[in-house]
Amino acid sequence: MALTRITSPLSPGTARSLRTGDQVRLSGRIVTARDQVHKYLASGGSPPVDLGGLVIYHCGPVTIRQGDTWRVTAAGPTTSMREEPYEACVIRTYHPGAIMGKGGMGEATRAALQSEGCVYLHLIGGAASFIAGRIVAVEEVHLLEFGRPEAMWVLKVEDLPALVTMDAHGRSLHSDIEHASHEILKRLLNTPFSS
Amino acid sequence: MINQTHLLNSVTELMEKACTMLPDDVHAALSRAVQRESESSVARGALETILQSARLSRDRGLPICQDTGVPLVVVRTVPGPTMFAVESAVIEALRRLTKKGLLRQNCVDPVTGRNTGDNIGENVPQIHFLPARGATSIGMMFKGGGSENMSTQYALPHAGLGADRDLDGVRKCVLDAVFQAQGKGCPPGILGVCIGGDRASGHLIAKEALFCRLDETNPSPVLAALEEAVVEQANSLGIGPMGLGGSTTLLGARFTAAGRHPACYFVTVSYSCWATRRACIELDEEGRISRWL
Repeated sequence: MALTRITSPLSPGTARSLRTGDQVRLSGRIVTARDQVHKYLASGGSPPVDLGGLVIYHCGPVTIRQGDTWRVTAAGPTTSMREEPYEACVIRTYHPGAIMGKGGMGEATRAALQSEGCVYLHLIGGAASFIAGRIVAVEEVHLLEFGRPEAMWVLKVEDLPALVTMDAHGRSLHSDIEHASHEILKRLLNTPFSS
Repeated sequence: MINQTHLLNSVTELMEKACTMLPDDVHAALSRAVQRESESSVARGALETILQSARLSRDRGLPICQDTGVPLVVVRTVPGPTMFAVESAVIEALRRLTKKGLLRQNCVDPVTGRNTGDNIGENVPQIHFLPARGATSIGMMFKGGGSENMSTQYALPHAGLGADRDLDGVRKCVLDAVFQAQGKGCPPGILGVCIGGDRASGHLIAKEALFCRLDETNPSPVLAALEEAVVEQANSLGIGPMGLGGSTTLLGARFTAAGRHPACYFVTVSYSCWATRRACIELDEEGRISRWL
């Protein structure tokens, strides 16, 4: 399988060059945003950093303060679907390079990825130590008033493996799997079980 | 006589272990799952990353998952002053481990929207006391929010699923719960299921079923057969690790039963992610850990 190296902020055209099923290695500067930050951005709050081309990561990390600096000890993805009501607006307003999380997103986000040339990257949920090992620096933190898990962390990552599961061409691996599993479910529901 | 310092140290150690070390039965089930997935598949890669990350967490004493979950504590003890001692030790240990950075600040006041910052809040932590004779035992579970969101309750009959008030109806509900969760609860998952009970007891009993080891056989042969069938059928859905496709969607399931009102037939599914974090200890008379259960 092809492995592509990408750097955040993504240059224009990078997202459109990726296809569902591609494995990527991500380096560069990314920002975390989860429930509170998404609601804030979608309701007109101004982003503390320019999100253009950046990877927005759905993550609430475990962080330890050491003097003036921060260390991230665990940083797996959170369920992206909770951001579905806001993500299309965030993509259309701020033009991030990619959205990264777990579990995939819905139809509104799929359409926004396609129209704006953005892509969804999937990480392994719960692989918190593995992912934290690819975070080489905490550069900034903003919106700490939302609480540490909900703040916007600006992180530097190196060589983080991710899978493209929703691309800028309208394809979603999540919706493919949901449809296929629904067909199997219907068969199982119609076959009575007897022990 | 319980010594509060010993007790606090025991509860702290219990929480540290639960948060950082994947139970050996879950680890074994994940290792077997790797062999089931085809070579160089996304599913196999995901499971290998999961195992690698869990090993890193164990070796470095770091949280298995950044979502260090919601604490559930189940205490079996002779009714008396030990109950107060355990309650204050649990609260103190949570504060201590949150300050240390092992536990994420996971308690938000729903009225003000503020994070309490120390994992203590209204009705948090939940500590359930059960009367027991002899030694005190403490079970600790940290269950993640993502998988908690996938937990659900059905009332039978259910027209949409064609589920009647019988065990086949139960099977249909549980399969639907796994289907609805897709990759959102971090599969391969583990299910605790309560058949019967009421709206409240169903959720509690289903969640507490997650304390059972995966290699423990259900004492009810009927429920054991149902568990086996549901796990096999759920794995045939093709949802796979992290919902990216594959043949491991569940690592196991534990079904329990609770008497029901004639008018009610609830099926409650507590969905747990692969990072099922639980540990149990038994205490000696002074509050030191006498053994891990």
